[in-house]
Amino acid sequence: MHDLNVDYERQMNAEGFHPSLVKGPVGINTNSLGESDTFGLEPKITARGVNFYYGSKRALNNINISFAQRRVTAIIGPSGCGKSTFIRLLNRMHELVPGARLEGEILLDGLDIVSPACDAAELRKRVGMVFQKPNPFPKTVFENIAYGLEVNGETDKRVIEEKVVDSLKKAALWGEIKDRLRDSALGLSGGQQQRLCIARCLAVSPEVLLFDEPCASLDPISTGKIEELILELKKDYTIIIVTHNMQQAARVSDRTAFFLMGDLIEEGRTDNIFKAPRDRRTEDYITGRFG
Amino acid sequence: MMTSAYVSMTAATVPAAVPPKTAQARARARRGLVQKLGFGALGLCMAANIVFLGAILFFIAAKGLGAINWEFLTQVPRDSMTAGGVAPAILGTFYLTLGAILFSLPLGVACAVYLTEYSPKGWIVNVLRISINNLAGVPSVVFGLFGLTVFVKYMGFGVSIIAGSLTLGILALPVIISASQEALTAVPQSIREASLALGATQWETIRRVVLPAALPGILTGVILSVGRVAGETAPILFTAAAFYVKGYPDSPFSEVMALPYHIYALMTEGTHPEEQTRIAYASSLLLLGLVLSVSMLAIYIRQRQRKTYHA
Repeated sequence: MHDLNVDYERQMNAEGFHPSLVKGPVGINTNSLGESDTFGLEPKITARGVNFYYGSKRALNNINISFAQRRVTAIIGPSGCGKSTFIRLLNRMHELVPGARLEGEILLDGLDIVSPACDAAELRKRVGMVFQKPNPFPKTVFENIAYGLEVNGETDKRVIEEKVVDSLKKAALWGEIKDRLRDSALGLSGGQQQRLCIARCLAVSPEVLLFDEPCASLDPISTGKIEELILELKKDYTIIIVTHNMQQAARVSDRTAFFLMGDLIEEGRTDNIFKAPRDRRTEDYITGRFG
Repeated sequence: MMTSAYVSMTAATVPAAVPPKTAQARARARRGLVQKLGFGALGLCMAANIVFLGAILFFIAAKGLGAINWEFLTQVPRDSMTAGGVAPAILGTFYLTLGAILFSLPLGVACAVYLTEYSPKGWIVNVLRISINNLAGVPSVVFGLFGLTVFVKYMGFGVSIIAGSLTLGILALPVIISASQEALTAVPQSIREASLALGATQWETIRRVVLPAALPGILTGVILSVGRVAGETAPILFTAAAFYVKGYPDSPFSEVMALPYHIYALMTEGTHPEEQTRIAYASSLLLLGLVLSVSMLAIYIRQRQRKTYHA
């Protein structure tokens, strides 16, 4: 925890933000409007008054939250609390579920992404997603990454090749599989597959990366690699990660949001949430009393 | 003390323990026997299958193999079909099968894609699915009559390759649709999501991710239909086949000789049973061989596809 803080302060200073801008009084994690403190930055994503229903079942109640640019926000909470449901709204993957209904607004750089005027495919190019189980296409490693570029209109073979290599390097996978680009992606290990999925996302140059329990099916070593990668990626991307693993949230995130039964209970700087949660339910959850 | 305790313990436990033990052992022995009988019965069924299959192959091969030679494969029939070859019939069957697959494969796959990927789920789709499966059970002579009415008469194709191909194509449709539907449904939802999450449209997802992944399954459907289509007699009876056509077919609108009908015709209308029966069996063997080699080819393609795309 301490190291994380030092790191974080150093980074904030390096980026030219005065610490006083970002350090609110301990224990106060949201501003007076009920919106999140975003380090004095323009929020990348803001959700306002979001209600979400599967058919007649209400899954999310009046969610208000902002996500700062180039920060990692962890979303924690027990199974079925709506955390995965929530991040799937952010790139409109919820539309694949019949009977899904959304109220409220979600802004990406100030533009409402849930309005019918916003094209879902365009949005998903900007807001990439890594899923719970590695889901590489049954194609070669190379094709897996080239695919996103091709569907987004890239035809120049040289550019595609460069971006494939570049994405694999960014995803810390290049060294391991540079000789296996023409092999089936399904032959990779689980951890490699998940990093391939991350590389696949990075290739289309998104601005936001959504991670939906990315390490749920991985061993600790692979998990460690993914976490390192997330810390590396946050220099360039706004990252939101859903996780069941509280240590993981503490290790990788700048801010943490706690969801419970469709409500956002508390959201704030990760160290505050873990050291001095305001809500009793947050404390119970992070200390392992339930969930 | 210890000994007596031990003795009394065993004395107390043994009489109680022994009867269930033997009962258990008996039960175990019975279950073992049942299992052995079960496996034995299954093995017998398999053996019976092999015997029937082997008998058919042996019977046909024994009667037909002697007549198969280079001339038989490459020449036209001579001397009232008592000599020469069956090359026009081979070519006719090839054309008819090719035409049928060219017609039914795109149509069937498109229909399956619509049903599994686009159509709203509900009772209409279920009714459609059941109807398609029922279509597979319609006797093939009914398809023949349909082809006669629609393609030969109404659309004016006459008795021709194209009318026969379309009729056979319709016969193959349900098989191809069901196999494709199954193959498409088996493609995991997670890779559809992966594609959409990269900014691909639904159509791009289907064309570039779902269909390639489903291809081995779709090919299985094609293999099954090729076998069925190449061997069908009734649908081409009124729509395409002729007992004898001089030379080779030269247009999609010409009548053709075809192997299955050739066999049927030789055995029912032949005037020289001695020689013609031999030719009929040789043709049967040839038809079997052709269907088998097409299947082998498709299986080879399918395996290669699997190797490329699956670990």
